[in-house]
Amino acid sequence: MKVTVKYFAVCHEMLNRSEEEMQLPEGATVRTILKRLEEEWPEIAEFYEVMQMSVNWEYATEDTELSEGDEVALIPPVTGGTDV
Amino acid sequence: MFKITDKIITGSEVREAVAAPDAGAIVLFLGTVRNNTDGKAVQHLEYEAYPPMAEKKMAEIAQEISDKWGIHRVAMIHRVGKLEIGEVSVAVAVASPHRKDGFKACKYAMNRLKQIVPIWKREVWTDGEAGWVKPDAVFFET
Repeated sequence: MKVTVKYFAVCHEMLNRSEEEMQLPEGATVRTILKRLEEEWPEIAEFYEVMQMSVNWEYATEDTELSEGDEVALIPPVTGGTDV
Repeated sequence: MFKITDKIITGSEVREAVAAPDAGAIVLFLGTVRNNTDGKAVQHLEYEAYPPMAEKKMAEIAQEISDKWGIHRVAMIHRVGKLEIGEVSVAVAVASPHRKDGFKACKYAMNRLKQIVPIWKREVWTDGEAGWVKPDAVFFET
């Protein structure tokens, strides 16, 4: 199956691209994408702890299963400002 | 109105979007670009968003406010791109029958916006350095 993966902010800078299409095996999950990115750029794994993922504009987990045409995004920690 | 824009925000867009005859109050919050972060001089800010998801999450926050306080008139707009000191980065307006719940709902909207709406801020400091900022710290200098 083919999915679109989008990269924002620091992810965009680290990977040097804002989106790409990925060909994945049937049964792939969000984790499949994370593993693939880690192979290309091992340092990105350090940021996985603070990052969230989304599938079709909804927050997802590493176990979320993917389908043909899904739009996946890596979501770094959002915006700034503290509750003051 | 739930919107990501690259145009100047004045606040009137959200105020007009929530105005209603049965409202006794409109609470308007404007977030503006501050000239320093913990004393470090800021030259300008750059905001980036994931627009379709950001607008969807803003609508979800409005639904939460509707469920909590029965307030149905909430509008939010956030700017992206390069912003200069003093410019408005975000505007939230809440219209309610009485001011008390309006104040609470507006504060709630801003707090939730910072938690779940995918928008990122990159600070460019006057010393030429820059970094992406997360709620409590710079987490990645570039």
